[in-house]
Amino acid sequence: MQTFVTLVRRELGAFFVSLTGYAVMAGVLFLFGFSMVLMLESLNATPAAVPIVELFYETAFFWLIVLLAAPVITMRSFALERASGTYETLMTTPVSDLEVVLAKFTGNLIFFLITWLPLLAYPLIIKRNSAAPEAVATGPLSTTFLGIFLLGCLYMSMGIFASSLTRNQILAAMNAFGMGLCLFFLSFVSKMIPLGDTWLSKVASHVSMFDHMLDFVRGVVDTRHITFYVSLTALFLYLTLKVVESRRWK
Amino acid sequence: MSDDWMIEVENLTKRYAGHTAIDGLSFNVRKGEIAGFLGPNGAGKSTTMRILSCFMAATSGSAKVAGHDIFTRADEVRSRIGYMPENNPLHTDMRVREYLKFRARLKGLSRARSRERVDVVTEQCSLQDVASKVIGTLSKGYRQRVGLADSLVHEPDLIILDEPTIGLDPHQIRSVRQLIKSLAGKHTILISTHILPEVEMICNRVVIIRNGRIMASDTPDNLRKLVGQESQVVAEIAAPEAELKLCWEQLPEVEYFDIAPSEGDFLRCSLTGREGVDLRQVVFDTVNRKGWKLRELTRNRHSLEDIFVRITRTDKEEEGF
Repeated sequence: MQTFVTLVRRELGAFFVSLTGYAVMAGVLFLFGFSMVLMLESLNATPAAVPIVELFYETAFFWLIVLLAAPVITMRSFALERASGTYETLMTTPVSDLEVVLAKFTGNLIFFLITWLPLLAYPLIIKRNSAAPEAVATGPLSTTFLGIFLLGCLYMSMGIFASSLTRNQILAAMNAFGMGLCLFFLSFVSKMIPLGDTWLSKVASHVSMFDHMLDFVRGVVDTRHITFYVSLTALFLYLTLKVVESRRWK
Repeated sequence: MSDDWMIEVENLTKRYAGHTAIDGLSFNVRKGEIAGFLGPNGAGKSTTMRILSCFMAATSGSAKVAGHDIFTRADEVRSRIGYMPENNPLHTDMRVREYLKFRARLKGLSRARSRERVDVVTEQCSLQDVASKVIGTLSKGYRQRVGLADSLVHEPDLIILDEPTIGLDPHQIRSVRQLIKSLAGKHTILISTHILPEVEMICNRVVIIRNGRIMASDTPDNLRKLVGQESQVVAEIAAPEAELKLCWEQLPEVEYFDIAPSEGDFLRCSLTGREGVDLRQVVFDTVNRKGWKLRELTRNRHSLEDIFVRITRTDKEEEGF
């Protein structure tokens, strides 16, 4: 436990002493602000009858942030350690491989969530300044953050896996981006095939992250969605662990 | 008997796809010794050290550190080893003290104990002046000391240093060597290098390795005996060259000789005697008898460099046949 906490602190600390951390935060903040302005403008033109978070979600910047920020956050986790050689000093201390993988995952996840934190300010601003404060409901807001948390778990574990495969950070980011994009595009499969009782349409609707998130922003917590994210996260963490262990049998 | 050994390596082999990095390595290092791991670049030194520090696994063979098997009890072994890899990788974005504390905690030291130990190693490695500086801004000499401090922080039984003096200037090399020497006795040290005088200066056991195989493993003195059976004597004598030549040719004890001019009237003679003969006595008697002048008479001791070159050359010749 001691080593785990030490490693998480180091992982998290690294974001705040390097430029990458602040660059990611600035970029995400910019996109937040931009989508907020777009949302308010469209709201001024035509009133909408959906929760405010759903309006935000539908500006499409949401996915841009997830797809772009996640690889940049995770790219350094293993790749940088490998490139600089500190991987060797890390792995010769009495820490277990699992501890290292989990600590990297936790550190990256916490940073990912920190970058999303400023988003909370927008509902508060709207609540204070809008004529209809009831438009901002706590329920959908908290389920949205649950969705962001789950999405973060999945994308962080995927990014760490990509990073563990290479010593080149750029390559790690591109791999993670590619995998993330593929997973995201699966969402559109359910839109392309006709709805029905066929197994294909069932599978397609299960893997549609777009629809998962739509449920979350509407305040619906579906255990099927949670299972989807948790199991995929576990899969990628398991794969990462195997890559880390592979140095023993390669 | 096995209580005396810090490192016991038996038939260690590591194969990568296509080539064998180390091939059937066996050697032992006693507790408290400074062992020098010597070999040309690419001989398998780093691979062996990585295996010993439990970073990689070997293909076959076994090894024990302080009586613990490095494969089945890797955690035990890791907490007993301080390892500094080649090129000394450090987190360049951390401050020296912060880094050492991080490493101490990672190695399982309690909060109070790590603070205490960081203070000790900071002083031991003379890092007080730079303790609050960012590692990335330090000179190479200081970085090397940070790496050493890191490998010492948890009071390991065994310290493994992979080329600790590479890329340093002579002053820094001297201070790092001094530091390593001062650790002897309390810790067992395994250090790899391809700088021969370094081994000669600080090690009391030498393992010479080439192409993944052990060529020799002994104390520097024994190695000298092994190779230096016949010894060379250098004498500076003032005498007519022709007479000198004739004299050496007639002496049965002299195997072969070489005469070169020196300053003044003196001639520099390098004489190699037959096995087991100390030529110094013979030379002195001869000069005395002939009434020549003698101003220098020394026996060359074989340096490790000679030994190294001889051992590795023999190997090459064998391969040639």
